[in-house]
Amino acid sequence: MADHKNVIIRIKRQADPESRPHWEEFELAWKPGMNVISSLMDIATNPVTRGGTKTTPITYDSNCLEEVCGSCAMLINNRARMACSALVDQLEQPIKLEPFSKFPVIRDLSVDRSVLFENLKAVKAWVPIDGTYDLGSGPRLSMEDQEQAYPLSRCISCCCCMEACPQFNESTGFVGAATISQVHLFNTHPTGRALRRERLAALMGDGGIQECGYAQNCVEVCPKDIPLTRSIAQVGGEVIKQAIGDLFRK
Amino acid sequence: MASNPRIIVIGGGLAGLSAVIKIAEMGGQVDLFSIVPVKRSHSVCAQGGINAAKNLKGEGDSPWQHFDDTVYGGDFLANQPPVKAMCEAAPGIIDLLDRMGVPFNRTPEGLLDFRRFGGTLYNRTAFAGATTGQQLLYALDEQVRRYESEGKVTKYEGWEFLSAVIDPTRVCRGICAMDLRSMEVRTFPADAIIVSTGGIGAIFGKSTNSVVCTGSAQSALYQQGVYYANGEFIQVHPTSIPGEDKLRLMSESARGEGGRVWVPKKSGDQRDPKSIPESERWYFLEEWYPKYGNLVPRDVATRAIHKVVYEHHLGIDGKPMVYLDLTHIDRKVLDRKLEGILEIYEKFVGDDPRATPMKIFPGMHYTMGGLWVDFKQATNIPGIYSAGECEYQYHGANRLGANSLVSCIFGGFVAGPEAVKYARNSTSAASNGCFDAERKRQEEINAHLMKAEGNENPFLLWRELGDVMTKNCTVIRYNKNLKETDAKLVELLERYQRINLSDRTQWANTSFVFARQLYNMLQLARVIAQGAIMRDESRGAHHKPDFPERDDKNWLKTTKATFAPDADEPKFEFEPVDVSLIPPRTRKY
Repeated sequence: MADHKNVIIRIKRQADPESRPHWEEFELAWKPGMNVISSLMDIATNPVTRGGTKTTPITYDSNCLEEVCGSCAMLINNRARMACSALVDQLEQPIKLEPFSKFPVIRDLSVDRSVLFENLKAVKAWVPIDGTYDLGSGPRLSMEDQEQAYPLSRCISCCCCMEACPQFNESTGFVGAATISQVHLFNTHPTGRALRRERLAALMGDGGIQECGYAQNCVEVCPKDIPLTRSIAQVGGEVIKQAIGDLFRK
Repeated sequence: MASNPRIIVIGGGLAGLSAVIKIAEMGGQVDLFSIVPVKRSHSVCAQGGINAAKNLKGEGDSPWQHFDDTVYGGDFLANQPPVKAMCEAAPGIIDLLDRMGVPFNRTPEGLLDFRRFGGTLYNRTAFAGATTGQQLLYALDEQVRRYESEGKVTKYEGWEFLSAVIDPTRVCRGICAMDLRSMEVRTFPADAIIVSTGGIGAIFGKSTNSVVCTGSAQSALYQQGVYYANGEFIQVHPTSIPGEDKLRLMSESARGEGGRVWVPKKSGDQRDPKSIPESERWYFLEEWYPKYGNLVPRDVATRAIHKVVYEHHLGIDGKPMVYLDLTHIDRKVLDRKLEGILEIYEKFVGDDPRATPMKIFPGMHYTMGGLWVDFKQATNIPGIYSAGECEYQYHGANRLGANSLVSCIFGGFVAGPEAVKYARNSTSAASNGCFDAERKRQEEINAHLMKAEGNENPFLLWRELGDVMTKNCTVIRYNKNLKETDAKLVELLERYQRINLSDRTQWANTSFVFARQLYNMLQLARVIAQGAIMRDESRGAHHKPDFPERDDKNWLKTTKATFAPDADEPKFEFEPVDVSLIPPRTRKY
C-alpha cells in the first residue's frame, strides 16, 4: 500500500453519452478516514490532473453517503460497489474508478439506472392496499416472518448485482437479481400475495428468471448482503410450477 | 375549477410521497419533481423509528401524552393544535404503513414492537430494524410507483426546482425547474404546488444530511416572498460519527435499546475503554438526569456532551469525542434491533460496536425552522403548500427523536388534500406571461453564472460558510459571534459575485448546479444568523449563555423572516404562539 502521503486515483471520464471515454489521473494529499467520495470532493475543489492540467470536476451520483440511498455505485478497482463506503486505506493504488459498464453513461461516473425502476413497475413490486383511509391494523406477522422479509426489503436499488451478473446484458434482456428478490419479498407478504401470479408471469419468457446462469456474482457484490440467490431459487421454482400449471390449464 | 386538478409536488421524500398518494387517491394528477430518483431521497437516512402512542406495552400511553411530550420537548414554541392533530393521527399512520408492508419489528405475539426514544418515558417508537426511514420511504415509493403505472403520477427525476411561477396578483401558477442533464430551464403549470424539499444541512458544511439537503428551494421561495419561520432553531444531534465527507448519524435508538454515554473520569486516560473499570467511568447523562438518563432530548444531551468535552476537558484522548457503549447488550438483540446502524459504524470506522464502545460527537442534524405554513400547510402565497422538514410547524424549539417521520407523513397527508381542495375552488390563470418572464429570469441567472470571470472558488466559499455556521450558529450562541457571522455572510455573498466555475459545459454540470445552490444557501444562512441574534433567550436548541433562561414574556413567539429585495436581506416580524391547549411550564428533565 502507498506510503500514506499521497493518493493516486485514475478515473475513466466521458463528457456525454456520445463521446469517447478517456482516462485522467489525480494525486491527492492523504487524509485520515478518506473515502472515494471525499476524494472526488477534493478533486472538485481543485480540478487539476496529476500532470498539472486543469480539468473539470468529476460528475458522479451521490446522496446519503451512508450506503443506504444506493446512488454512488461505480466500478472501483474493477468491482461494483458503493463509493461512500470505499475507504481509501483499504484500496490498492492507483485507485481505478469507472462508471458501470452495462448502463448508459450520462457523464463520467454517472450512469442511467432507470431500467431497475421500470422492472419494479413491470413486476408490480407493491402491496395492493385498498386505500389510505383508516382500515385498522395490518396483518399479524411472526418475528420469524419479519426476519425473513426485512433483509430483502433493505435492497437499495444500487444495481451492483446487475452490473456484476454475466447474464445481464443486451442479448438476454435479463431483469437481474434485484427485481427477482423484490418479487420474492412481495409474494411472501400476506397481502402482497394477491398479485403473486401476475408477478411470476412477468418473470417468464425472454429476459425472465430462466436467463439466470447461477454465477452467484450478485450475492457476492451486494453491499447489503441480501440473500439474492436464495430469492432466485425460490422464485425460480414457483415460476416453473406456475408455467407447468398454465400448460395444463390451456 | 378543475375537478381533476394538476398538482406539482417538489421533493420525493416521505412528505412529498405522502402528499402524492393522497392527491392521486382523490383523483388529482401529480407531477413529481426530484433532484434524485425519489427512492434515493434523504428520508432513507432516518434510522431509529416513528412515534405513535399505540400503547401496546400496557404503559397507559395516549396521543395526549405524545402531544404533551412533543410540546414540552419543543419548549412550547410550536403552535399546539396541529401538533395535537398529528399525535392523534399517528397510530392510524402506523397501521397504514403496516398495511403497506413495512417490515416493522414484531413481538412474540406477532404485534408491532415499540421501543423508547428521547424525551419520553414511554415505549412509543415503532421501528424496522435501524433503517426505519428507508423502510417507510420504500413503502410509499412503491405505492407511488403503482399510481405512476396507472398514469396518475408523472415523475420528473433529475430535475431541480428553481422557483415558483407567481402571477401579478401574487398567486402561484406553477414552477420553473432545470433538467440536471441537459441544463434546460422549463416552466410547468399547476393549480397548486407542494414544497417538500427537506433539510438544509449543507449550510453547515458537514452535517448528518444528504448531499441534496441544501435548502436551496426553500431559500428561493423565501426570496420570492414566502415567509421563513423559526430559522434559528437548528438541531445538533448528540451522537454522530465525524467523517471526511459528512457526519454520519448514530441513531438515538442505540440509547433507546440501552446504550450508555460515558467518558473516563481521568483526563487523557489512554487505556482501552473495555479495561476501564465501572468506578472510573463517568456516566454523566445518568448522573445529571436520573429520570431520563441517556434518553434526555437531543438539545439537552448535546449541551451535556459539549460541557464534558469543553468545560471538564474529559473528551477521549483530549479530542472532542465521548463513548457510546452498547457492549453490555446481548449481540443477538443488537443484531435484531440495531443491525443497520452497527453496520454503518463498522463499515465507516472499522470497529465492531458490539465489542468496543463507539466514539461519537454532536453533529448538525435537523432544522426545526422552515417555510411558514398555516394549519392547512399553506404558505402565505396562495397555491404554495409545504410539508416535511422544509416547513416549521411541528417541533417548536427542539424536535423529539422519531417525531420527524410522523410529522413528514402527517404533513403530506394534510397538504395533499388541502392543495386539491384549494385547486378545485380556485379560478384559472388569466395570463401566461408570468411563465415566460420567470423562465427568462432563471436563464439569465444561469447565463451570468456560466460567464462569470472572477477568482472565487465556489467549493472554498462553501467551506467558509460551513465553518462559520457550525462554529457560531449551533450549540452555544453569543451575540458577538453571531454578528460576526452575519458580517461574514455578507462578505461571502459579495465574493460570490466574483465566482469562477471550473466547468462551463452545458451537460450534467454538477459544479454549476452546486454554485447555484450556494447562493441560496448564503441567503438563507442570514435568516438563521439574524434570527439567532434577535432572540435574546434560551429555548430548546437555541442556547445563549448570556441569556440562559426561557423568556415567555418577550419570546413566546414565532420568528417570521421575509426577504426585503431592496435591502437584500431578511426583515423580521414575530407572531404569538398558540398555546391554547397546554399552558407553558418550565422545561426540566
